[in-house]
Parts: sequence; structure tokens; C-alpha cells
Amino acid sequence: MAIARRPMFREGAFEAMPMAFGLAAWGLVAGVAMAKSGMGVPLAILMSLTVYAGSAQIAALPLISSGAPVWVVWATTLCVCLRFMAFSFHYRPYFAHLPRRQRVALSFLMGDTTFALFIRRFPEPVPGPAYEDYFLGTSLVTYGVWQLAIIVGIVAGAGIPASWGLGFAGTMALLALTCTQLRNPITWVAAVVAACAAVAAYALPLKLNILVAIAAAVAVGVLADRAQAFRGGARP
Amino acid sequence: MSALEILLTTIGMGLITLACRAFFLFPKEDLPMPHWLREGLRYAPIAALAAVVAPELVLTQGQLIDTWRDARIFGALAGLGFYAWRRSLFGTIVCGTGVMLGLRFGLGW
Repeated sequence: MAIARRPMFREGAFEAMPMAFGLAAWGLVAGVAMAKSGMGVPLAILMSLTVYAGSAQIAALPLISSGAPVWVVWATTLCVCLRFMAFSFHYRPYFAHLPRRQRVALSFLMGDTTFALFIRRFPEPVPGPAYEDYFLGTSLVTYGVWQLAIIVGIVAGAGIPASWGLGFAGTMALLALTCTQLRNPITWVAAVVAACAAVAAYALPLKLNILVAIAAAVAVGVLADRAQAFRGGARP
Repeated sequence: MSALEILLTTIGMGLITLACRAFFLFPKEDLPMPHWLREGLRYAPIAALAAVVAPELVLTQGQLIDTWRDARIFGALAGLGFYAWRRSLFGTIVCGTGVMLGLRFGLGW
């Protein structure tokens, strides 16, 4: 494909490579979890290819195997995926010039890894760079590695014991990505508030703890911005 | 659930995730939004990442861990330390996972 020769595509694909290790380990664990849920190999692969959201899939598994009502599964998916709305909001100025069909196609490939890499590379949406090429480079590598790993996990199933702690590599990948987003003191506060809120509210149903954490961090961020503006300070 | 029910559930999940992902990219015009929310949403992505990571590090079966001898804590600290030192994503993952596995299999934590 011609796009693979574009410099921005290559740069994106190259920068996504270091994350592949964490992604692959995490995908493998997610695949094993799906195999063990007893939903069957074809459906598990279908879910992985179409939903393409590891945390949502893992959150849905126990609900599906315990025969929870469909709306509970969907509500849980929504709560886990609301963070994608925040990503979507941030991507808009970078992709607003593209036709709608293309914008929606790019949306499908959004993920935590690609978002953090993208914002680290392009902190501001200044016109010029071929943002979509870079996005496609990172996203296609990520999609490929993730799907390969999860399908291996689904097929290998119980052959990979949980005690290996492979999932931890995925957690470390997300931790590293969180670090890349620490731009100024307020982002530190937002991250700490979100982390504490997510742990404190963990017992909530439907994975609402993530929503609570985001709301708390956004509220604290707004207040901190206001406080800074009120003092007339112009810290970076 | 039957296979058909799981299939329908999966299709619904796919549509829900795509709707979330495309939410702000689908409309032709920018969605109207108060200024404070526009500012505040800048903190949403880092909050989401932190919210997904934190419970994975300090909770076991939904309970806060009650011992400091947990391999995950030290793995995470090692990863953070490596990031502060080298700013390397790959190094953070390998260092954090390595320390965690070392403690788990070496000391049985």
C-alpha cells in the first residue's frame, strides 16, 4: 500500500513498536480470559475484532458467563468506554478537515496507547502535519499486535497460566503512558485524584469507578485552573 | 447466555464503543460546550489512564492490599523510577515487569 511509504506513517508505526511488548502480553492475557469464559473460539475472536477494547471485553466476560442481562453488559461497556469520548474530543481539531466517513473510520482505531503517543508527539493541533498518517501508522501496528496476541491467547487458552503475571506488562505499559501525559503540576494532581477515586469507588457496579475518577479529576483540574488564573499566575 | 445472545451482545458492545470513539468526530460542526468543560476535559485522558492503572496495582479481588510485600507495588515503583531516569516507554515496561516477576518468583511475594 502506498500509505506505508509516507514518512508520517512510518514514524507512527516506528514509535508504536516499543509498546508492542506490553500490548502483546496484555492481549495474550485478555485472550486467555476470553477462552476461559467458555464463549467459544469464533465468538471470542469476533468480539475481539469488532469491539477492540481490552478493558471493556474483560469487564464484560464475567457478566456474560454468569448470564447477566444484556443491558448490564452494555451499560458496563459504556462506562468503561466513556474515556474514548475524551480521546475523541481531543482528536477533533486534528481530524476536523477530513471527510466524515474517514473520521469515523479513524475513530474505530482509537485506543489508549495510540492516544498517548499521538498527544506526546503533537501536543498542539497546528495546521500542517499529516496527522492522519501518523495516527494510522501507530494504530495499525497496535491493532495488528493486539489482535495477534489476543487470538493466540484465545486459541492457546488454558495453556498459559495466570500466575505468570503477564497482565502486569500491560499495566506497566499504561503506567508509562500515564507518565507521558504529566505535563504540568495540575496534571499530576489530576492523575493522583483520579487514581485515588478509582480505588476508593472500586466497589461501584458497572465499572462506574472509572467515570467517578474522571469526573473528580476534571473537577479538580477546573478548580486548579481557576485558582491559578485568580492569583494571576501564568505557570506553564 | 446462548451463542445467539452472545453474538447480539457483542454487536451491541461494538456499536457502543464505536459511538464513544466517534462521539466528537462524527458531527459536522463543533459541539457547543461551556468553556470550563472544554478546559476541564484536558484532564480527562490522564485521569482515565490513572483510573485504569491504580486499581490494578493496589487491589486484590477488590480489596485494598494490606501488606507492603506485594510484588506489583515494587514493580510499579521500579517502572516509575526508570521512566523518570530515561523517559523510555519500553524500558519502563521491561523494568517494571522484570522487578515484579523477580520478586514474585524469587521471593514468592
